[in-house]
Amino acid sequence: MSVIRVPEADAGGWSCDRCGEELKPTPVNLEYMDSRFTVELPFCAKCGIALISEELAMGKMLEVEKLLEDK
Amino acid sequence: MDQAGLRKLEAQCVQEEPPSCTAECPLHVDARTFCTLMNEGNWSKAWGILTRTLPLPGVLSRLCHGPCMDACLRSKKGGAINLPALERFCAVQVTKPVRSIPMPAKGKRVCVLGGGLAGLSAASDLVRKGIKVVLHSSKPGLELAEADSSPLPSGILESELERLAKLGVDFQPAINVSRAECESLLEEFDAVVIDRTEQDIAPLNLDEPDAVTLGTSLPGLFIAGVEGEPIFQAASGRKAALSSERFMQGASMVAGRDREGSYESLLHTNLDGVAPVDPVAVPEDGYDVEQAKAEAGRCIHCECLECVKHCEYLEQFGSYPKVYARQIYNNQTIVMGTRMANSLINSCTLCGLCETLCPGDFSMEDLCLHARRDLVEQGHMPQSAHEFALRDMNFANGPDCSLARSAPGTKASTHLFFPGCQLTASRPDAVRSVYDHLRHNIPGMGIMLRCCGAPAEWSGQVSEYDRAISELRSQWESLGQPEIVCACPTCQGMIRSALPGASVSSLWQVLQDTGLPESAKNVGMELTVHDPCTARHEPELRQQARTMLESVGAQLNEVEMSGELTECCGFGGLLAEANPKLGSDVAKRRADALSGEVVTYCAMCRDMLSKGGARISHVLDILFPDAAVGDMAARPVPGYSRRRENRAHLREELLRDLWQEPGAPPKPYDELAVSFSDAALSVMEERRILESDVRKTLLHSRDTGQRLVHKETGRLRATYRPVAVTYWVEFEEKDGEYFVHNAWCHRMRVAGGAA
Repeated sequence: MSVIRVPEADAGGWSCDRCGEELKPTPVNLEYMDSRFTVELPFCAKCGIALISEELAMGKMLEVEKLLEDK
Repeated sequence: MDQAGLRKLEAQCVQEEPPSCTAECPLHVDARTFCTLMNEGNWSKAWGILTRTLPLPGVLSRLCHGPCMDACLRSKKGGAINLPALERFCAVQVTKPVRSIPMPAKGKRVCVLGGGLAGLSAASDLVRKGIKVVLHSSKPGLELAEADSSPLPSGILESELERLAKLGVDFQPAINVSRAECESLLEEFDAVVIDRTEQDIAPLNLDEPDAVTLGTSLPGLFIAGVEGEPIFQAASGRKAALSSERFMQGASMVAGRDREGSYESLLHTNLDGVAPVDPVAVPEDGYDVEQAKAEAGRCIHCECLECVKHCEYLEQFGSYPKVYARQIYNNQTIVMGTRMANSLINSCTLCGLCETLCPGDFSMEDLCLHARRDLVEQGHMPQSAHEFALRDMNFANGPDCSLARSAPGTKASTHLFFPGCQLTASRPDAVRSVYDHLRHNIPGMGIMLRCCGAPAEWSGQVSEYDRAISELRSQWESLGQPEIVCACPTCQGMIRSALPGASVSSLWQVLQDTGLPESAKNVGMELTVHDPCTARHEPELRQQARTMLESVGAQLNEVEMSGELTECCGFGGLLAEANPKLGSDVAKRRADALSGEVVTYCAMCRDMLSKGGARISHVLDILFPDAAVGDMAARPVPGYSRRRENRAHLREELLRDLWQEPGAPPKPYDELAVSFSDAALSVMEERRILESDVRKTLLHSRDTGQRLVHKETGRLRATYRPVAVTYWVEFEEKDGEYFVHNAWCHRMRVAGGAA
C-alpha cells in the first residue's frame, strides 16, 4: 500500500518526553470503518506514539472520516 | 420503503403538480415559466415555451382565447393574467421562423384526411415525432386560409404550412372516401386520422368516436375535429395523433390518459400575503414592451412549498419533500458507493411542522425516522452523527446521575416528579426547588432523575430505546406505579407512549392545582410564548402552561407560528448534534422570529433559543428564579460538561440532604487539579470534548508517562482513546497542576507504525 504524505504531519518541534526521542517521519497505519491507510506521521520509534496535529485531526482526517461514514 | 411506498409518498407532495393554468390549458402550455421569461423581457426563450407545446405556434399563439384565465389564481387577487395578449405580443416580437427538428424516422405512415386545425395539429405532432404524414385537404387551414376573412395576419398560416411541408407533411388534394376506401387506406397506412371539420364522415357509417381515444369501430381510424375555439380543435388533433401513436406501438389505448385534456391540478398555493394587482389593460394594437413585462410580472408563480417556507432544514437542502423522498429512497437502496442523503436524513428536527402545514400530510419526520432506523439496522448510520448524544443519554441514565426514589420517609409514591435530564442539566437548582415545593403539597411525591429515551428514539436506535424505556418502566413499577409529573413536553410525550398504563400529567397543571409558590405571584411581565415542537399536538399542555403563567400575573403575547404551527428550536431530532451548523441556524431563525421577552416550557428550547440570541426564560426561571443570577432571561447556557456535572451534583445533593446518604467517592481523574483557558473551553464545546475526557487523558498521561514536549515553548501534549474517540490535549503542568490550552479529537484509530 502506498504511503500518504500530508503537509500537516510535521513534528513542528515536538519530541517524545518520556523517551527523549525526536519524532521521525514514519509510515503509520490508520484505521476507520474497515478502511486502512498508511500515512507518514511524526513517530517515536521507541514507544510508538504518533503525533496527530490539530490541523490534521480537524481538517483532512475529519473529512476522510465523514467520507468513510457515508460509504 | 419499497418502490410502491415511495410512489405513494411522492404523491403526497404536490409541489411538482402543474399550476392550474397549465392544467386547464387543453394543450398544457407552461404559462408560469412563460410569464417568468416574459417578465424578464426574454422574448425568444418565452417563444420557445410556446413552440415546444403548441402544434402550430404562429397560428395558435394568435388565436388562443385563454381558457387558462378561468383557472388563474391571480383572478382572486386583481384579475387573471391576460395570457392571450402576452402570447400575441411574444409572437410579434419573434421574427425568426420556428425551428423544428423532427425525430428520426420511425418507418410509420399516417394519413390525415382534412386540413382544419385538428388535422393540421395531428399532422404537426406526428411529423415532429418522425412519422410520415400524407394530408388531404382542399385548402389547409380552411377558413383561416381565406384571405378576406381570416383572423390571422397574412403570411402566418402560410409560413406554418411551409414549415410542416419542410418537416415532411405531404399535402395532397382532398379526397372523398367511402367506408371501403377508408378500410383500404387503413391497409395502406399505419393509421388514419380524419378531421371532420373538412371531411364528411357520414358515408363511413360509424358511431360517434370514443371520447377518450377518438377511436372508432375501425381499428386505427381516429376522428378528430370539434366545433369551437381553435385551441380545442388543436387539442382534438393532438389527441388523435397520440391515439395513432399508441395504436401503431400496440400500447394501451386508454391507460394514463386522464390528464390529456383540461384537468384539475392538485397544486396548493397559499395566497395569504399576495397583494392584489389590477391587470394591465390591453390597448387596441396590443401591449408594448413595458406593459407586457408588467402583465407577466403579475404572475404569482403558483407553487406550494408551504413546508419549505417554514423550515430552515428543508430550505437549506435546496429542494422539497418529493425530491427528498427519492433521495432518501436511493440512499437506502444503494449497494455500493456513497450514501449521499445521510446528512439529509439526520438533519430533520422531527418536529412535525411540515406534516401539519402540508395539504397532502407529507411527513418528513416519519420518512427520516424510518430511514434512521434502517441505517442503524443495516449498520450504516454514521458513527459521528448521534454518538455524543447517546453517550449523554447513557450518562444521564447511569449510576452518576440517575435516581428513582419515593419521598424521604415514605415507602411508595402516589406521584413521581420527572424533571427530565435537560432541565436537570440546565437548572438543577430549580429542579431541587420544585421538588421541595411539590413534596410540601403532595407528601407522596417521589422523584426520578433520568432521560426519557428521546435521544435513542430520535437517532433510530430501537434497541437502545427499548433498553432505556424498560429500565424506566421497572423503576416506575418499583415505586408503586405513581402518577408521573413531567416538567418537559418531550418526556411527557415519550413516557405517555412508552407507558400507556401510566397516568401522566404536566408539572404546570399540578402546580396550578396544588398551589404555586408565593414568590412567583404578580410577576407582572409581558412575555411572548414559544411552544416547544413536542407540544405541537398537545393543546391541553400548551394551555396549561399559559394558564399557569397568566395566574402568576404574566401578560402573554403570541407569535404567528405558535401552537400547532410552532417552529423547532433546532434541538429536535438531535439536529444540533448531527449537523451543528444547521442546528444553530434553525435556533437563530426561530429566535429572530420571537420578539421581546420570551418564555417557554422546555429546557432545551430555552437553551437553544438563548444561544440563538433570544432573551428567553424557562417557566421555572419565572416561578423559581435563582437569586444569584439576577437577569434570568440572559442567564448563560451551561456547556456540555457543566450539564453533566449539574446532573451528577443534583443527585448527590438530593441523596445527601434528603436521604442522608453519602455520594459516590470522586473518580481518580476528578482529583487532578485542572484549569482551562477560555479558548480551550470554547473549542472543547464546539468539538464535543468533555472536561472529563480531558481529565482522563491527563490522568492516562500521568500514569504512563507518555507525552510529547515542545522544544521551544515547553508545552506538553497527551493523547488517549477511552473508547471510540482519540483525544489530544495540549497543556502545561506545574507542581501537579494542569493548565489546558487546547484539545482536539479524531475517530480514526492509530494502529501502530507500519515500518
